[in-house]
Amino acid sequence: MANIREELKKRILVLDGAMGTMIQQYKFTEEDYRGEQFKDWHVSVKGNNDMLSITQPNAIKEIHAKYFEAGADIAETNTFSSTTIAMADYEMENYVYQLNYESAKIAKEVADEFTAKEPHKPRFVAGSIGPTNRTLSMSPDVNDPGYRAVTFDELRIAYKQQTEALLDGGVDVLLVETVFDTLNAKAALFAIEEVKEERGIDVPIMLSGTITDASGRTLSGQTAEAFLISVSHIPLLSVGLNCALGADALVPHLEAIASNTQYGVSAHPNAGLPNAFGEYDESPSQMAAQIQGYFDKDLINIIGGCCGTTPAHIKAIADIAALAKPRLIAEQLSTK
Amino acid sequence: MYFVLSTHYEARGMSKIKQTKYMKLSGLEPLVLGPDMNFINVGERTNVAGSKMFLRLIKEEKFDEALSVALHQVEGGAQIIDINMDDGLIDGKESMVRFLNLIMAEPDIARVPIMIDSSKWDIIEAGLQVVQGKCVVNSISLKEGEEVFKEHVRKLKMYGAAVIVMAFDEVGQADNYQRRCEIAERSYRIMVDECGFPSEDIIFDLNIFPVATGMEEHRRNAIDFIEATHWVRTNLPNVSVSGGVSNVSFSFRGNNPVREAMHSVFLYHAIKKGMNMGIVNPAMLEVYDDIPKDLLEYVEDVILDRRDDATERLLDFAESFKGEVKSEAQKLAWRDLPLQERITHGLVKGIDQFIVEDVEEARLQVAKPLEVIEGHLMIGMGVVGDLFGEGKMFLPQVVKSARVMKRAVAHLMPFIEAAKDENSPPQGKVLLATVKGDVHDIGKNIVGVVLACNNYQIVDLGVMVAPEKILQAAIDEKVDVIGLSGLITPSLDEMVHIAKEMKRLNFTIPLLIGGATTSKAHTAVKIAPEYDGGVVHVLDASRSVPVTSTLIGEDKKISQAFKDKTYAEYDKVREGFLSRGRKKVYLPLAEARANNYKLEFNTDTVYTPNKTGVQVINDLPLEELLPFFDWTPFFQSWELHGKFPAILEDEIVGEQSKDLYKDAKEMLDKIVKEKWFVAKAVYGLFPANTVNSDDIEIYTDNSRVETIQTMLTLRQQSKKAAGKPHIALSDYVAPKETGIEDYIGAFCVTAGFGVEEKAEEYKQNLDDYNSIMVKALADRFAEAFAEYLHDKIRKQDWGYAKGEDLSNEELIKESYQGIRPAPGYPSCPDHTEKTQLWELLSVKENIGVELTDSLAMFPTASVSGHYFAHKDARYFGLGKITKEQVHDFANRRGLSNAEAERWLSPNMAEE
Repeated sequence: MANIREELKKRILVLDGAMGTMIQQYKFTEEDYRGEQFKDWHVSVKGNNDMLSITQPNAIKEIHAKYFEAGADIAETNTFSSTTIAMADYEMENYVYQLNYESAKIAKEVADEFTAKEPHKPRFVAGSIGPTNRTLSMSPDVNDPGYRAVTFDELRIAYKQQTEALLDGGVDVLLVETVFDTLNAKAALFAIEEVKEERGIDVPIMLSGTITDASGRTLSGQTAEAFLISVSHIPLLSVGLNCALGADALVPHLEAIASNTQYGVSAHPNAGLPNAFGEYDESPSQMAAQIQGYFDKDLINIIGGCCGTTPAHIKAIADIAALAKPRLIAEQLSTK
Repeated sequence: MYFVLSTHYEARGMSKIKQTKYMKLSGLEPLVLGPDMNFINVGERTNVAGSKMFLRLIKEEKFDEALSVALHQVEGGAQIIDINMDDGLIDGKESMVRFLNLIMAEPDIARVPIMIDSSKWDIIEAGLQVVQGKCVVNSISLKEGEEVFKEHVRKLKMYGAAVIVMAFDEVGQADNYQRRCEIAERSYRIMVDECGFPSEDIIFDLNIFPVATGMEEHRRNAIDFIEATHWVRTNLPNVSVSGGVSNVSFSFRGNNPVREAMHSVFLYHAIKKGMNMGIVNPAMLEVYDDIPKDLLEYVEDVILDRRDDATERLLDFAESFKGEVKSEAQKLAWRDLPLQERITHGLVKGIDQFIVEDVEEARLQVAKPLEVIEGHLMIGMGVVGDLFGEGKMFLPQVVKSARVMKRAVAHLMPFIEAAKDENSPPQGKVLLATVKGDVHDIGKNIVGVVLACNNYQIVDLGVMVAPEKILQAAIDEKVDVIGLSGLITPSLDEMVHIAKEMKRLNFTIPLLIGGATTSKAHTAVKIAPEYDGGVVHVLDASRSVPVTSTLIGEDKKISQAFKDKTYAEYDKVREGFLSRGRKKVYLPLAEARANNYKLEFNTDTVYTPNKTGVQVINDLPLEELLPFFDWTPFFQSWELHGKFPAILEDEIVGEQSKDLYKDAKEMLDKIVKEKWFVAKAVYGLFPANTVNSDDIEIYTDNSRVETIQTMLTLRQQSKKAAGKPHIALSDYVAPKETGIEDYIGAFCVTAGFGVEEKAEEYKQNLDDYNSIMVKALADRFAEAFAEYLHDKIRKQDWGYAKGEDLSNEELIKESYQGIRPAPGYPSCPDHTEKTQLWELLSVKENIGVELTDSLAMFPTASVSGHYFAHKDARYFGLGKITKEQVHDFANRRGLSNAEAERWLSPNMAEE
């Protein structure tokens, strides 16, 4: 089986684009979301995209296939919110194992089909681990800044369950992403290390933070470099940034990361900033032109898209990524 | 395993420090111990084991003050802050977590990395679980054996932290060279080779012990540390070495000159050998080059163990050194310096004794008298400005410098007038005003002084200036910039109004915003969008000069770039602010009322006053107020931050604070002796009950039939954690339906009569320093009066605390029962309540204190408020409230919705 660590040295790998944007196009109703298994579920579930891996698996597989078709090397599982903490909104804490396992399994099936067709371009599956809807570094209560709605151990346990199920479902990589609170990510990394140790495995980890505005800070207030230092104690396949900003706005922060890390560097920006209606309207060619700038600056090992990106965006990005050289990572630099 | 130790741990030799990787830490910002950083200083005041004051704050759960200790450390230059909660009387784990959580909400503190300091592993781990940045753990060691040690190292690797490793093993603490090296090497091998811990994240604390104790076995304590440091840094790649420096001079407690020299000598040698981190009190450090040669020799003999009789010789010498103080002659030595240096010295030190003779000497040397201002004096003030900008001088000093400058200029003015040559035009003309309805001008005056010293012409319109007057004066005087100041919240709206008017009248000059109540956020969100000629929030007086010179400087490109940059920054603040506002959740008013603060009302908690009705105190002797002084805010008004009296001993501002305190005490004596101010009060206790949840009915007498007036209170509405009430002041008074006869009090005190006259007198004498001082002291008298009166109310008039016996310190901490919230402050931000209070007590008729259009009190040095006696009554912040409550309030108060929105706008949530 192909090894993603080896592939990463050879070329720039392309990550897929947005899942939510694609799901919207199916215009699923409450009944569609519920499917057979949850037809009598006691709370409304429309909007719980992660459960579609169970109730509408063909749609999810179709989306993965479209991204692979467009040239993606890595598909993200449909598990951004599949932790007990994030699923509490739908009271589906007890289905976390199934959600992660099924999502991983179907993504892996599609990936294997493509690898079989194009053995020179092996496809991989990254288990998506989102930030949850709670923060460890901030208080939700303005009158009580010392209050926290969740503890490190609660998050660690939730992330551990998610990690185990994703690995059982067959993911190749774990992707801790959209990190707006570094401490949440540290809890995820801690959980992953525990699983690695218990299972005696060495699964690669990708980690991606989010700069929330032009100030260049994460939501929990760290600069890109401080964020990098805070997560570098764990060996990572790649570290980088996703979401919140368009490609151009990420450049200075990606530079701060790329010039200070020995790990691979990833970016999956949004298709620009949302317009007044909350839609993203940067075209594939506009976005690709900005990403060409990343390549010219030699910043990137893994590139993809976040909110608002579609297979057309990924195709435009994959086309130019194929012509660009990957950034050298530490191992290569030391043997040079 | 350790060969022949004596050769393995070879102390001498020229081998180099081995380092290819550097420790990287982070708070909100990175801290990389790169090759250019030769020493990292760790702040240690937030340590209950090392600071009695901090321990007291934590014990008493005064976390706000504890945070200010942390902030002070960071502002004072600590690159890492050490936090320790190891004390038998506090729950260390809970205190550590709570304090760290609070720090995370303070970006000015959280920007630096945290050192989590505890001898208990569970406290360390609890700390690691609440800090996002990469911390330093202080400390672990082989004390409990290899297994525990390895377990800790593995955990630290997973949390991602650097760690201090003590030179301590199963046998005990390393106290000689050999043992230090041996334990360090053993620890290193286990950590790096067996556990895979990053070598650059290891910091060895090699134990600094006292020297010159008289005990033979302590002679090599310092040199062993220094040599072990060298061995460790040259044999164990990438590690750091740290230690607590003050230990070394322990035997010279009480003799600071010698201790300071010992610390400098020790550090000088230890840093050369590779010590790169430590806990050092900068106030206890002499400049190495400034140590007298004889003392240096004796100290080095001891530190480096160079002579058998080194300790005796230093002891003898120290005895003679102890009492030495500078003689008068030494103090005046600077008078022998060249002229320019004397002028600069006088300005920097704020000494006006010789300035006239120096300036006169200068005048005789130059062609035109103006050259003395442009040359000699501006050079001196340039030094002052630089030192102030670098944080090496503090505001009281600068104001003193300004006083010297004014004296100098006053001496020169007649000559300049007589010369009648073409004066160099001033740099620009600045209009300053405190806006309509506001009477506070200490800050504005400071800005005026600072700008005037930098050759700006100041047009100061004073206080309570109507907008039309400000704008007309700006046109008539052709000013280049307008600066507005204000301290009370309604002033914010005045500023918005003026910005709008400037736009309507097609102004193009910049508008500066300053004053205690203003903020970058308010300026960005509310003022800047109204006027595009350049609105800039100026944080403090020190910023006024660079901001003004950039904005109205000759290079239009630079000033435009600065405006653009500022506006871009404000756009960001605004976006952040608006998006934050959306996230907050508010309860409907009915739900907030249902979740009110439910107190017990019964004979134990409700007290019948001894005396009701309105009482007046005319002309209270001022000396009676002195025991009630709270000095801390006095220092704050001079931008010196820290608690009194600790601030007098502060590392950074201590000296300035002492000087300021001395001047203040001198004036205070005069104020009391010569009766500069008249102190008056009006107050009263009244039967009262709460009705309709948020209103308090105040009755004419205890039949409780006739209502004099109804006091309206506002209720917290933002969503809270489960179990926490939504408080309004009305919760502290028994509801009418309980049938319990409760009471409320009201008061207004003033010490402000006579203040303006004195301040003006000083101003006429070109003495802004004392002009500001007199106002700041008047404010203190008014606050002391409020404390005095509250004390009397509790013990006599209301009489519910007859047995109370509190020290002034406890009074300042408000340890007593009952509260006295003031309208316009967080518990009661509604200024309109003052109008009611004025009617209730006939304040104007009884003591002459008036309310301005914006409901500020005049004279300024006045305090008013209400008394609540319930034992559970406490201060709270109302926070933001919704339109629903504002309109409900408008209806209750008989105001239009628009009027109520205007008064309460600072508290209105974005909806």
